[in-house]
Amino acid sequence: MSIIRIETPFTAENARELRAGDQVLLSGVVWTGRDAAHKKLVALLDAGKPLPMELKDQIIYFVGPCPAPPGRPIGSAGPTTSGRMDAYSPVLIARCGLTGMIGKGNRSPAVVEAMKQFGAVYFGATGGAGALIARCIRSCEVIAFPELGTEAVHKLAVEDFPLVVAIDALGNSLYH
Amino acid sequence: MPSTRIIPFQEVAEAVCALCGEAAVKLPGDVLNALRRGRERESRPLARNFFDQYLENARIALSEKMPLCQDTGFAVFFVECGEEARVEGGITAAINAGVREGYKRFFLRKSIVAEPLFERKNTTDNTPAVIHFTPVPGDKIRIVLAPKGGGSENMSTLKMLKPSDGRSAVVDFVVESVRKAGGNPCPPVIVGVGLGGTFEMAARIAKKALLREAGKPHPDPRYAELEREMLDKINATGVGAQGLGGDVTALAVHVEYYPCHIASLPVAVNLNCHAARHAEVTL
Repeated sequence: MSIIRIETPFTAENARELRAGDQVLLSGVVWTGRDAAHKKLVALLDAGKPLPMELKDQIIYFVGPCPAPPGRPIGSAGPTTSGRMDAYSPVLIARCGLTGMIGKGNRSPAVVEAMKQFGAVYFGATGGAGALIARCIRSCEVIAFPELGTEAVHKLAVEDFPLVVAIDALGNSLYH
Repeated sequence: MPSTRIIPFQEVAEAVCALCGEAAVKLPGDVLNALRRGRERESRPLARNFFDQYLENARIALSEKMPLCQDTGFAVFFVECGEEARVEGGITAAINAGVREGYKRFFLRKSIVAEPLFERKNTTDNTPAVIHFTPVPGDKIRIVLAPKGGGSENMSTLKMLKPSDGRSAVVDFVVESVRKAGGNPCPPVIVGVGLGGTFEMAARIAKKALLREAGKPHPDPRYAELEREMLDKINATGVGAQGLGGDVTALAVHVEYYPCHIASLPVAVNLNCHAARHAEVTL
């Protein structure tokens, strides 16, 4: 099986080239966020305020990492269940130009519709392989909502992060 | 009257702290073997690749002392308390002190909020633990820790069936629970099924069933056969590793039962992700 290398920034055109089932290695910057951070991001948008990071052509990784042990940039860092972000993802895709999401588990029809309309991909990272994934993370920095602890928005620099295109920008899905 | 054995608070706290560190990074041998067997049974290349990643992840976790999964869980304990033993300062406090220290010392994620609905403020030390006590004869205390991640716990189900619904309804409910869970609980899962008892007892024994050696059949051949049937039907769903399709959706199905009311047939399903962590100590 061939492996496709992709980088950030990741445009809608890049997104539309990938197909469900493609195995990819991602390098570049990804932003972390779980439901608590997503709720705050959408609240900022609704209030007409700027977000702490630019999301156009960017990828969000649904993860709440373990604390970094001494000498390491981050602790264990595998994906969390993406369904908890289903209420928020269409807003970030439509209003901010988000083009990629990384998590585990299926997405709602509304998320898939937004992905098709605006050009975005949903990647599956390997759930329960947090130690393996941590090796791909070169740096980690808290960008916003530090009060959320592990759920804060972190900026991660990743190298060869192994992913599978679980749902592509045409709405093809590996889930049943 | 036998004399009471006094166990120092710190001895329990230190033992629990060590369990937290061990469970987070060391996948038990029975689970590793179940993953290796699962990899052999799996025919789809993508799914086999996930099994390779799970095994590699387990190797890295142990050698680098890096948690297997970032969700280091709710600290769930099953404690068999010898009736002739007493912990100075109280066993519940000692276990929570051990959790507090362990989650800090081993850089584990703190995932507990103090109140579920309004503030959801993190307790910042992963306490309180959930502790199930069972009094037993003797002066020893056996402490089993099974850290439980949210992704798999959220897929739990419980149904109060009618006794007349019978075996097929039980099988269907369990299989449907796993199928509907899809990729969320990080399959391949271990399926804990609690049959009988009351509402809460069914849930409790479903969780306890997860602690059985992975794939070891129930000693009652009727229940062992039931486990086999459920496992075959779950794997026939094709959900597969990570929910992305494959032959192996579950590594094992473990059924536990308890006597139940003449009117009832409770069935509870508790799923464990493939990183089925547990560690134990006897003091």
